[in-house]
Amino acid sequence: MSRIGRAFSNAKAERRTALVCYLMAGVPSMPRSMEMVMACVRGGADVMEIGVPFSDPVADGPVIQEASVKALENGVTPRMVLDLVRELRSRTDVPIVLMGYYNPIFRFGEERYVKECISTGVDGLIVPDLPLHESGSLMKLCRESGLDLVQLSTPLTPDQRAAELANATSGFLYLVTRPGITGGDTGTTPDMERQVRRAHEANNGMPVAAGFGISTPEKVRALRGMGADGVIVGSALVALTLDGSSSADLEKTVATLAEACKGRTGEG
Amino acid sequence: MNTRFGEYGGQYVPEVLVPALMELESEYQRAKKDPAFLKELDGYNVNYGGRETPLYFARRLTERCGGAKIYLKREDLCHGGAHKFNNVMGQALLAKRMGKERLIAETGAGQHGTATAMAAAVLGMKAEIYMGEKDVARQRMNVFRMKLMGAKVHEVRSGSKLLKDAINEAFRDWAASVENTYYLLGTAAGPHPYPTMVRDFQSIIGREIRQQLIVAEGRTPDLLVACVGGGSNAIGTFHPFLDDRNVRMLGAEAAGEGLDTEHHSATLTVGEVGVLQGCKSYLLQDENGMIKEAHSVAPGLDYPGVGPEHSFLKDIKRAEYVGVTDKEALGSFVLLSQVEGIIPALESAHAVHAGMREAAKMSKDQIVVITISGRGDKDLETVFDMGVVQ
Repeated sequence: MSRIGRAFSNAKAERRTALVCYLMAGVPSMPRSMEMVMACVRGGADVMEIGVPFSDPVADGPVIQEASVKALENGVTPRMVLDLVRELRSRTDVPIVLMGYYNPIFRFGEERYVKECISTGVDGLIVPDLPLHESGSLMKLCRESGLDLVQLSTPLTPDQRAAELANATSGFLYLVTRPGITGGDTGTTPDMERQVRRAHEANNGMPVAAGFGISTPEKVRALRGMGADGVIVGSALVALTLDGSSSADLEKTVATLAEACKGRTGEG
Repeated sequence: MNTRFGEYGGQYVPEVLVPALMELESEYQRAKKDPAFLKELDGYNVNYGGRETPLYFARRLTERCGGAKIYLKREDLCHGGAHKFNNVMGQALLAKRMGKERLIAETGAGQHGTATAMAAAVLGMKAEIYMGEKDVARQRMNVFRMKLMGAKVHEVRSGSKLLKDAINEAFRDWAASVENTYYLLGTAAGPHPYPTMVRDFQSIIGREIRQQLIVAEGRTPDLLVACVGGGSNAIGTFHPFLDDRNVRMLGAEAAGEGLDTEHHSATLTVGEVGVLQGCKSYLLQDENGMIKEAHSVAPGLDYPGVGPEHSFLKDIKRAEYVGVTDKEALGSFVLLSQVEGIIPALESAHAVHAGMREAAKMSKDQIVVITISGRGDKDLETVFDMGVVQ
């Protein structure tokens, strides 16, 4: 089982919902990125998702767009993100997933990118603009080298395709809570429960983590009640790295979310 | 349906849009074989759009160049003042057929936004247009036209504040609104099926050229010339002639301030292969795969990507692509106005320059057809501000 898989099963054994925290690499600065990631880990993150900045983040809302601009202004490159992971590995065993758009990977070279990910200690990839039917060559490379390639499924995904995604993904299945882009304050789709169920029915052992617009302990609890194995919090945390908050503030916020991950669910 | 042109094209989009693109593909497949749909589109093309547009023998321009006979395909006379109408009418009718009442679109020069606003008005639909802040400033007349026809215009302030960023915002809107909204993409780029569908709707340009030139000269042209931003008027001009091996094709890209500077939009001439906004194609990008800002005096050309079929035609050497600088385009803008009394769009002026350059090298019994993709009224303020005309 991969490091990501183990993180989910450990959380499950402790009757917790796994907490996945997203931060953009190089924000507020490259040196402080490390400090911010470690704050999330101390706060109770089970998995760290690290954003690789791209000039055209089409799946992202205003907060992560702003973070991408900031990171690129700070000169962050895919190479530097990999170096950050290498450095993180000397401090923590937390599973690390790189979330980044496809063109920088294509430009780096899929094969070289996967190899570098493995050697620096990356555990998985999320490529938001590479749907299943375009991910053949990257998926093959990831499988051969033991890197997880996480697929996304949405409320609009038809049942048959949702089942294909649940079976094709590795590490976990990323369930998008609602149509749209990352961030923003939205209610939880009532359909979420059905989405979680259909993913579990298609691939029983595969953990599902819900993301997009999850910013508060209340939402974490709601998703926990709907049977999600994990929750992904991005924009709400990235915002703290943009507004001058300290790493202690970030750690506190993450701890509050982590607390909600083990609380009582609606079902008791 | 084949999603690619050689290695180019594909469907690189967030998962949330995949079902909508699949639905669009199958609906388009049905529509293009449906006589009722084709008849309705043809009716709008003829009675509302003013098609067919003339193929005009430019006698004085020909004399000026002293080489091949130059014909101009007058897409500037199409309703709305540009070829954009051809694609918009087709897609808007498709949207209607799919039961989507809200249209969203991106626009650079404002021509596509204007055409979308027009189609929404005539079909009784809602239109919202995304336009970069910089383009809003330099194409004010088109912004006014869109608003007058009832469209809502969103100024885009992210990224380079140009066409590429307007497309990003339109995709972001669509990701949230896809259940009731149709994204009316304006060029032959983006994810499958757009490059194929837009090309099909624009191919009316090339089909008309073929028929009109048979009547006028009894033969096919020796050279077709069109400007290339995303490349929709060019692919519409070229595509019906792809199997005519004796017909050469030339795309004019914006070389801006020069290909040796950072300020151009010559994606095919000097770009490198990558993936942007749904498709694999040539791109302007840096060594880390970040997309570069494009530049051109013509707002409709400053796009750092290009339609995937052009990338394929370049690789197989079926079409050639050259850069035309801002200065050269401005020269042709003035020249065509003065020699033929036709004010071309700054975008089309790039094609005029490239076409004249080639015609001068060819013999008098040869024929060049240049597509005038749009009229230049929208550019008058820009050109006068530059002091080109005293």
